[in-house]
Amino acid sequence: MTTFLGMPALPAFGSGNLFAGESFPTAAHRELGNAQLRANLGHATHTIRDKRQAVVAELPDWEQLRDAGSAIKQAVMARLPELLEEFETNFTARGGVIHWARDAREANEIVAGLVRDTGETEVVKIKSMATQEIGLNEYLEEQGIGAFETDLAELIVQLDHDKPSHILVPAIHKNRTEIRDIFLREMPGADPALTDDPSVLAMAAREHLRRKFLTAKVAVSGANFALADSGTLAVVESEGNGRMCLTLPETLITVMGIEKLLPTWQDLEVFMQLLPRSSTGERMNPYTSLWTGVTEGDGPQNVHLVLLDNGRSAALADEMGRSALHCIRCSACMNVCPVYERTGGHAYGSTYPGPIGAILSPLLTGIEAEENNSLPYASSLCGACYDACPVKINIPDILVHLRSVDVDSKRGKKKVPSQMDVGMKAASWALSSGKRLGLVEKGLPLGRLAAGPDRKITKLPGIAAGWTQSRDIPAPPAQSFRDWWAKEHRNAGGAPGTPGTPEAGPSRTLSPDTKETPQ
Amino acid sequence: MTAREDILSRIRAALQDSPQAPQIPREYRAASELDMDALIELLVDRLVDYKAQVAVVPETEVPARIASLLDGARSFVVPEGFDAGWLAGTGDDGGSRRRVDSPAAPLSVAELDGIDAVVTGSAVAVAETGTIILDGSANQGRRAISLVPDHHICVVKAADITGILPEALGRIDGTRPITMISGPSATSDIELERVEGVHGPRRLDVIIAR
Ligand code: SF4
Repeated sequence: MTTFLGMPALPAFGSGNLFAGESFPTAAHRELGNAQLRANLGHATHTIRDKRQAVVAELPDWEQLRDAGSAIKQAVMARLPELLEEFETNFTARGGVIHWARDAREANEIVAGLVRDTGETEVVKIKSMATQEIGLNEYLEEQGIGAFETDLAELIVQLDHDKPSHILVPAIHKNRTEIRDIFLREMPGADPALTDDPSVLAMAAREHLRRKFLTAKVAVSGANFALADSGTLAVVESEGNGRMCLTLPETLITVMGIEKLLPTWQDLEVFMQLLPRSSTGERMNPYTSLWTGVTEGDGPQNVHLVLLDNGRSAALADEMGRSALHCIRCSACMNVCPVYERTGGHAYGSTYPGPIGAILSPLLTGIEAEENNSLPYASSLCGACYDACPVKINIPDILVHLRSVDVDSKRGKKKVPSQMDVGMKAASWALSSGKRLGLVEKGLPLGRLAAGPDRKITKLPGIAAGWTQSRDIPAPPAQSFRDWWAKEHRNAGGAPGTPGTPEAGPSRTLSPDTKETPQ
Repeated sequence: MTAREDILSRIRAALQDSPQAPQIPREYRAASELDMDALIELLVDRLVDYKAQVAVVPETEVPARIASLLDGARSFVVPEGFDAGWLAGTGDDGGSRRRVDSPAAPLSVAELDGIDAVVTGSAVAVAETGTIILDGSANQGRRAISLVPDHHICVVKAADITGILPEALGRIDGTRPITMISGPSATSDIELERVEGVHGPRRLDVIIAR
């Protein structure tokens, strides 16, 4: 990368809630011990997955819509500078004000300054990934400005001083009884007789927020889409809290990543078909709001948009990883991911969990950021996320690419060959000749010895310890496939294909991962 | 350098491999082939699925239908451009029960909060997804009026029903303040159990006038 001076420029990486507090394996190990979380998540992801499958199957042109969506996003990335300028011109011409923010800190300062200018000390907030990414609520709090989340799930998470675990249903890790307890504890004036019936809890939230909505002077939102040719912003939601925030206050401040643009109004027809079906498994979400700058006499009269870079330009510079910016945050990839289903969203550390988080976070922060360099390994590479993604982001390919970037970046740092280097060398030596492989396989019974009577290896030494940290390995078979084959064909009468003893059969040598192939 | 210049130059630098914008393949459906009866049937099916109440009536019966839906309401609001003839059955012409809202003379949020119901028209509807689109035209009014009262009665003219989303968006001016409504407000945030009515109107009545 070079600047106009011909000097190599450093990529400008993102800051804020993009970093894992600990490595993925450590976090995953802890989360795996939480059986309640796993049960809640398993139920949720499977339910949404089935609903999604049903409504997607209804559309005869689903694949054509995906092709269009993918191409539109590719075009957006290729033409990003001109599209941003076009959007800016149109939004500004209709009375909106645009601000640009290089990183989380700058964006937070802009928003806080805008709120301060209104003289208010409270804002109502629509659930937004971008404001979570920059840690806006915490920053506003420090500045003496109260930010109230109004999406039911975000409200639950905020009241419990917890973190979201899923981008679509952030409180999915909590069940109804836990939610009732949170309301009783944290909601001023909550009815002590509150039951744990979801409709009762939803009405309690309605009561709690109604006054806030009707009196709020400032609202903060994200945006799902921005249309360059008309200067229009869109928010897609269900509960009506979005409409409340977008319509009733005097001032509206939206924070949006620069990648959310679509070139034309017509492109909305593609994305409004892809998004609701992929995310909630509904034909359409209950409410979508669109606004273009200011409309006299209708809605907020002070309308601001903060355009956020925060590492997006750095991600854009990675030719292979660039398409991670096509993401429309539908969460379909999480709901099909076997790794996410077991570890839950918290294990990924950043605002973006699941398969997309495993590529997006390291792209935004740079893979050199030690907190995030284990994320590209948080995958079985089964490919389910790629199949589910409405804009066809090839997540598995990008994961592999980032793994190689990670290995390269580490190689530059150390002289001594790692265990991985040694292991890979040994494997290539063994696998390059049948004779050598046969020799190595003679060692299999040794592995059985190590496994002990329960036929499980629970602790491997060295670099392989990472694998056994959160799972057991079945003992190696008593004999290798090659030995079994040789014996079968020596024995008279053994028709080809007849299995040997159950334990020695070749199927037993499959790795545990092969069970995880997508349905 | 301003943040704007800085970000734009970072993006240009990131794109120094000069990626080409591809031709957009638009082989997806642009229109549906359903006739009017099938469109109405599909729209009703979808709306009922979202727990909205739907009535299909001849245009002449719209006033009676509105009047009966408003029967229990102590007050209701209509946008200034709403067809006065459709309110004939309410017996409130100029009365205290009916409030009229317009961008020039808007009701306050507190006033809207005290009003039981709202009656609006609509710009266009999408049968396949059960979506009704309001674009702030004179018979639909400001966005706030269809949001704050708890009961929304919405009239959809049969001629404004389209089959699929691309047809509907093609009829709309994107720069207007637009609200797309698919059923009443709903949440699935607690154990994924759908609860109708959180912050928006808890009751949605659709009258399809044919
Ligand atoms: S990567 Fe694709 S599937 Fe995952 S959230 Fe983004 S758009 Fe949805």
